[in-house]
Amino acid sequence: MPGLGTSFGRGGATTNLQDLSNADCILIEGSNMAEAHPVGFQWVMEAKRRGATVIHVDPRFTRTSAVADQHVPIRAGSDIAFLGALVNHVLSNDLDFREYVVAYTNAANVIDEDFQDTEELEGLFSGYDPEAGQYDPITWRYRPPAEMTDQERQRAEELEDEERRDQEGSRHQESHQAARSESHGSGGAPVSWKGLRDETLQHPSCVFQILKRHYARYTPEMVRDVCGIEPEQFRRVADALTRNSGRERTTAFCYAVGWTQHSVGAQMIRTASILQLLLGNIGRPGGGIMALRGHASIQGSTDIPTLFNILPGYLPMPNAAHHQSLDAWVADDEGKAGFWGNVRSYAVSLLKSYWGDAATADNDFCFDYLPRVTGDHSTYTTVKAMIEGRCKGYFVVGENPAVGSSNGKMQRLGMANLDWLVVRDLQLIESATFWKDGPEIETGELVTERIGTEVFFLPAASHVEKAGSFTQTQRMLQWRDQAVAPPGDCQSELQFYFDLGRRIRARLAGSTDERDRPLLDLAWDYPLDAEGGPEPESVLREINGTGPDGAALSAYTELRADGSTACGCWIYCGVYADEANQARRRKPHWEQDQVAAEWGWVWPANRRILYNRASAAPDGTPWSERKRYVWWDAEARRWTGADVPDFVPDRAPDFVPEEGATGPDAIGGRDPFVMQTDGKAWLFAPLGLADGPMPTHYEPAESPVRNPLYGQQSNPTRKQVRSPANPLNPSWSEVYPYVFTTYRLTEHHTAGGMSRTLPYLTELQPEPFCEVSPRLAAERGLEHLGWATIVTSRTAIEARVIVTDRLRSLRLGDRFVEQIGLPYHWGGNGITTGDSPNDLVNLTLDPNVYIQDKVGTCDIRPGRRPRGPALPAYVADYRRRAGIPEAGEET
Amino acid sequence: MADPRTFLGWPLLRQVTGADRLGRGHAARSERSDRLTPRTASADRVVDSVCPFCAVGCAQKVFVKDGEVIQIEGNPASPISRGRLCPKGSASKQLVTSPTRVTKVRYRRPYATDWEDLDRDTAIDMIADRVVETRRKYWEWEADGPDGRRRTRRTLGIASLGGATLDNEENYLMKKLYTAMGAIQIENQARI
Amino acid sequence: MGSLWGGLDDVQADAGYDADHPPRMGFFTDTSVCIGCKACEVACKEWNDVPDDGYLLTGMSYDNTQELGASTWRHVAFVEKPAVDLGMPTVGPPRDADQSAASGDAGIRWLMSSDVCKHCTHAGCLDVCPTGALFRTEFGTVVVQPDVCNGCGYCVSACPYGVIDLRKDDGRAFKCTLCYDRLKDGQTPACAQACPTESIQFGELDELRERADRRLAELHERGVDVARLYGRDPEDGVGGDGAFFLLLDEPEVYGLPPDPVVPTRTLGSVWKHVGYAAAAVAGLGVAAFSGRRR
Repeated sequence: MPGLGTSFGRGGATTNLQDLSNADCILIEGSNMAEAHPVGFQWVMEAKRRGATVIHVDPRFTRTSAVADQHVPIRAGSDIAFLGALVNHVLSNDLDFREYVVAYTNAANVIDEDFQDTEELEGLFSGYDPEAGQYDPITWRYRPPAEMTDQERQRAEELEDEERRDQEGSRHQESHQAARSESHGSGGAPVSWKGLRDETLQHPSCVFQILKRHYARYTPEMVRDVCGIEPEQFRRVADALTRNSGRERTTAFCYAVGWTQHSVGAQMIRTASILQLLLGNIGRPGGGIMALRGHASIQGSTDIPTLFNILPGYLPMPNAAHHQSLDAWVADDEGKAGFWGNVRSYAVSLLKSYWGDAATADNDFCFDYLPRVTGDHSTYTTVKAMIEGRCKGYFVVGENPAVGSSNGKMQRLGMANLDWLVVRDLQLIESATFWKDGPEIETGELVTERIGTEVFFLPAASHVEKAGSFTQTQRMLQWRDQAVAPPGDCQSELQFYFDLGRRIRARLAGSTDERDRPLLDLAWDYPLDAEGGPEPESVLREINGTGPDGAALSAYTELRADGSTACGCWIYCGVYADEANQARRRKPHWEQDQVAAEWGWVWPANRRILYNRASAAPDGTPWSERKRYVWWDAEARRWTGADVPDFVPDRAPDFVPEEGATGPDAIGGRDPFVMQTDGKAWLFAPLGLADGPMPTHYEPAESPVRNPLYGQQSNPTRKQVRSPANPLNPSWSEVYPYVFTTYRLTEHHTAGGMSRTLPYLTELQPEPFCEVSPRLAAERGLEHLGWATIVTSRTAIEARVIVTDRLRSLRLGDRFVEQIGLPYHWGGNGITTGDSPNDLVNLTLDPNVYIQDKVGTCDIRPGRRPRGPALPAYVADYRRRAGIPEAGEET
Repeated sequence: MADPRTFLGWPLLRQVTGADRLGRGHAARSERSDRLTPRTASADRVVDSVCPFCAVGCAQKVFVKDGEVIQIEGNPASPISRGRLCPKGSASKQLVTSPTRVTKVRYRRPYATDWEDLDRDTAIDMIADRVVETRRKYWEWEADGPDGRRRTRRTLGIASLGGATLDNEENYLMKKLYTAMGAIQIENQARI
Repeated sequence: MGSLWGGLDDVQADAGYDADHPPRMGFFTDTSVCIGCKACEVACKEWNDVPDDGYLLTGMSYDNTQELGASTWRHVAFVEKPAVDLGMPTVGPPRDADQSAASGDAGIRWLMSSDVCKHCTHAGCLDVCPTGALFRTEFGTVVVQPDVCNGCGYCVSACPYGVIDLRKDDGRAFKCTLCYDRLKDGQTPACAQACPTESIQFGELDELRERADRRLAELHERGVDVARLYGRDPEDGVGGDGAFFLLLDEPEVYGLPPDPVVPTRTLGSVWKHVGYAAAAVAGLGVAAFSGRRR
């Protein structure tokens, strides 16, 4: 996540689940941890047993709230206002951990004199281009140091050149469109210089002072009016956090998609990062930010991505505007301070693992074989391309977009307009059967006999029928052994894609077309296992990388840019160290300390808590005995402690890099954030984020509330997917007066393909429902266990009504806001069926990562929804009443 | 096994002679109860695995007998999960052995109203043909930009959406193959 | 020997086991840390091959299982209660005037508790079983033997907790066995092994009672005055439970009887029942069993 990546240098959770038990306070927000991660939650309960305070901030009173010390009901999507007020509370009461903040963050950096804040521009930062809906971040940059090095001076001149060119063309905008910020998964955004610093924090343009001014209007009273949280509740949270932070105590944060899935999702995470940095809680035991991923290997799916904008290890996909050569591809980052400065060796090693012997220094290591991006090619934009007939073939692999993706109708319309579709899953999910029984068949919007999509359903192997590794939520790779063979036609993805690759290559064999070279030169030979697929461990070994002698490497520091090493994912280098599958290590926890370094393998370099150099004071001694973790052993002249130090092992705390040093050599002894190009954690992001250097509260694209903080209502850089199938409810509309939010139940899993097909889970939560407050039930005449119809401008769905005090009516000033809870696990197939709440959700995306906003507005009425063609007519009537132009009427 | 229902084995007769005067304990124990062992004790092998649901990564032990999964439970050795599982993890045997699981390839012809059978080999051949054809048809060497034509070397005709229950090794091969194909609209649940 | 009520130091010896029998095993379910995930329900069903129990949205909070029964051997109760001032800083938000004005509620407590067969010291089901299908194991637990049960149903009405029941399509009585098969192999019962937060604790009953006493004292010390133990007392109407609980409210709130009493406490003699059973066996026992096997 760029929220974490731009703040700290890596996009992964900074800590691990077990370490939560060392926290003195845990704030869970944007996550319903007890329900979505019950087994991980044992460590929260462990902390509580040891006396920690547990706070849950959430729109709903959930099973997490039930065991928390304090539940704070909040209006969905208003988290930045709440967290920003906590930042303000810390800054205006001098409650920050000053020594930590000065030494380890960019609080002291002085920002460009042309920078203007939202205070001055009514909710916008300087550099906004209203036509493009984008920022040019040039004025957000660090002010150069008083005395520049030759290198820095050269860079300054280059920047001015670039700036001139940008004004002439639009290259800059395109890099933004390519979700460049997501490539900070392991390697921060590259600043041009470490910059001018004022460690007294008095300079009016230093980050600390800018931050103070930016958050000054985020008061407890504002929190009441924006979030619906009473000042007294707010104060209790503020006191708990500040009381439990500092030298002796630490506070941990946990979040999940309750933050990610917003049009300001990355910035919500950023606000938590700022707060945790001010409180000095990053890199320390019992501290950190625990990003709770929702699927077995969602962390792995970004580390070794199947994402359009990045390659393994968060190397950016080349952008046609900037990257037409290997040199140009790595230029932005190469040579910068920190380990990201060695990007060329990571990039070349990846190309070597892709194209093997064909990749040589003479041909730029086959750089040209990489396809280039030219903007946004994310899933929702691609679905739009399907609807418009520009994308014709689609692989859907262990995923159910017809139910699990937002605006399900768009997904189904897209799939109905393909030439061919391959679906691989365990069960016949809705994405495989939409052409015969999807909701649009019922309404007549689609007709089976007129859908030309050729559909292949290929049965998949389950997790026990194949060997392989998942990367779980704390960046840990854990290997699964194969228990049984897949039944019938079932195959693993490994077997299928290997086989498909072989067959495609066979068809192109002998081709002299330059287009086919990347496929024909591809290193696609793997030792075969008993079932004729590639030996899974051989693939892991390729990911790990090999040296000039062909032996497995043990660390990414061994990678070279001369083509002598190959590595499929540099951050995973070491997982096959000593020719052994380190992810397969299973030394029982009772034979180890709590860090349990010999269970699985964690990237990077098996470090369990990231940035752990910060667990020691600048002089290298532990901040306190109680929070001792990693420290400088002055005698041995090495960092030592409970974990693998996240630092250059022998770099003394007083080390000052030589002028002109590059890469790891440029990391100072007091720079714990070794992936950042300035070694500091970023309270203020001088670049790397599309929507501003500091988090700012904006309303969701659909909101019943006028933004009380600024004239700017919503994220000015949000991405709206423009399609007739994706109309937007107007804000403040009386036609759609209520807020809805979607979520998971413990008893089910995401789009339900893995849970509502199982009797034991289905019986525990057998039907879709909506949760409403007693006040809303009375207002709309909803009966407990009766039916309700929920309407947005996309569609209407029905669900049974649960009236419960767990849903609060929130008071914002003189008005109430009602929130409707919608678990989203159901669809048309499975043991029990029902309408899919994701069909209600609009596609407004976070501009950094193109993740959708799961909050929207709606109406709710008692009774079942209209059937057949009456349904779209009913929804159209709502649109008409709300003044939404129909397709074709748009200007 | 002797039939526990035989009259002579009847616990009521045993009670009068044993210490269990009321026939509620030892004497009432049937032969089945006597011989009862956990089915995991008869497993041919126990295989280490990881739960496929959320991202906590709970360690699982998979008990296999005669090629069938007979039990999946938490592995107490894990420092993260300590042998515990949530309801989904606890139901993962049912996930694997579900009677509604589809184990044969299904094929839907364009404009058809129902599925038909197709052997897997043919299906993969057909998919390979489709990929080659679509790639050729929708190939793009260059695209327009403000500075003129720029090399893109790609196809916008093929897309992919992967779930996050795929293995790292699988994601790796997928991205590698797609990239070599020139397909860039490669996405994942991580974005959703 | 052969006691039917009152405290009992060695329930296994009372059931005829030798002195070297294993210690009495049981459950201590600490509902103050239950997160209502229902892993216990599923783990139990997976292990014991208990069929699903129908798909009914009950509207009783998140409880769609409703009660213990022949096909539900672990049941998680969900109780939504308005939060009143119980001096419980650890549960739920404080009463807040503005909040209460906002939504007509004064905050809420959401209690969750995983219920199970109590494996009573004096087990009514066992005492009345005419066929010897129910028996006391060497671990002091109470188990129905499916190879013996003829589905007469006497046990159903004899259980003061309403735990045991007949499975409709099968006819026989079923309930928690405390995973008798697993215990024989030194393993932990499936529910306790799965429980993410150690709400369900398994172990030697004596040790569990001490642990529960400590936990109760700790909660009282933190001001959670409503915490109390249920089924812990060896002198209660069933002689104490093999599976007992820490609750955060009155037992009735959780659907538990406040003062359960074993029905055989008032029974003249069980020998009468034994006589009935013997007759039943001689007359129609074999016929009753044939055709009931799967």
